[in-house]
Amino acid sequence: MHIMEGFLDPIWCAVWFVLAIPFVILGAKKIIDLMRNHPEHKMTIALAGAFIFLLSSLKIPSVTGSSSHPTGTGFSVVMYGICATSFLATIVLIFQAILLAHGGLTTLGANIFSMGIAGPACGLLFWILLKKATGNVPLSMFFAALFADLFTYVVTAFQMTLNHGQSVEAFVDFMTNYAVTQIPLAIIEGILFFMFATYLIRNKPELLDITVDSFKPKKEVSA
Amino acid sequence: MSNSKWIYIGGFAVIAIMCLAALAYGATQGAEFGGADDGAEGVVEDVDPGYEPWWSGIFGDYELPGETESLLFALQAAIGAIIIGYFIGRTVKRA
Repeated sequence: MHIMEGFLDPIWCAVWFVLAIPFVILGAKKIIDLMRNHPEHKMTIALAGAFIFLLSSLKIPSVTGSSSHPTGTGFSVVMYGICATSFLATIVLIFQAILLAHGGLTTLGANIFSMGIAGPACGLLFWILLKKATGNVPLSMFFAALFADLFTYVVTAFQMTLNHGQSVEAFVDFMTNYAVTQIPLAIIEGILFFMFATYLIRNKPELLDITVDSFKPKKEVSA
Repeated sequence: MSNSKWIYIGGFAVIAIMCLAALAYGATQGAEFGGADDGAEGVVEDVDPGYEPWWSGIFGDYELPGETESLLFALQAAIGAIIIGYFIGRTVKRA
């Protein structure tokens, strides 16, 4: 979903930056506050960021004959919400834009919006709905991760269409390039988080009491 | 442990099979498995002919050598993996 440097007109770069920045600032505030006042969250926050770091560096081959990478934002959004996820994604995207020439600084706003905000928001929606409906944590985590990943690429296709072509055909072309390639990868990411949720239930179930949808006061979680 | 052990083994097996199946199918189609992010460049040429990227980044046209790029990607994966491994090591319950 990394839109390359120079591939969005300046006006669109600005639009996506304006839309993304409030989320990132709120997320940064939330994470700094958690680190200061709830140090027991430090390890879980690091873990949420670590999943994004690890999974967004893995380029996996897909059936369409091209390679792409998962986003890893599912766990983060379920634990700490959309704003915090957008902040963690920003760190990864800056790392990749500067050191790896992967993505770009001008397109950073658009990439944060797709990977850090819109995708995770979609994943969170599925987490809340499925957990309420089934109560099955691994299953809800599977679909949260799957849709957080897949919807990120749908949004990227949409962002590119707004800038290039502005037609249904263009959108279909971008969707084929981004989203169809992503389907098997999203399933792989879902399986990984399904396994991790299974691990948590067996070994650290108290972490699952502080997910964003539990609406309980933050419990002490010794890490 | 037995129940969840099979979930882990099964999960990784399914992932490995999916990757191999994608590679095998792609090979029969003569695919080269280029990055989808770079593939977008081709789509832009199709739907918006004549579009020129207006900025090529702070490093200009300089491209990292492939080996160095794979080093940095490996580093990024290692940073993530070491934290996840630390978490799992700290929290695992011994029977």
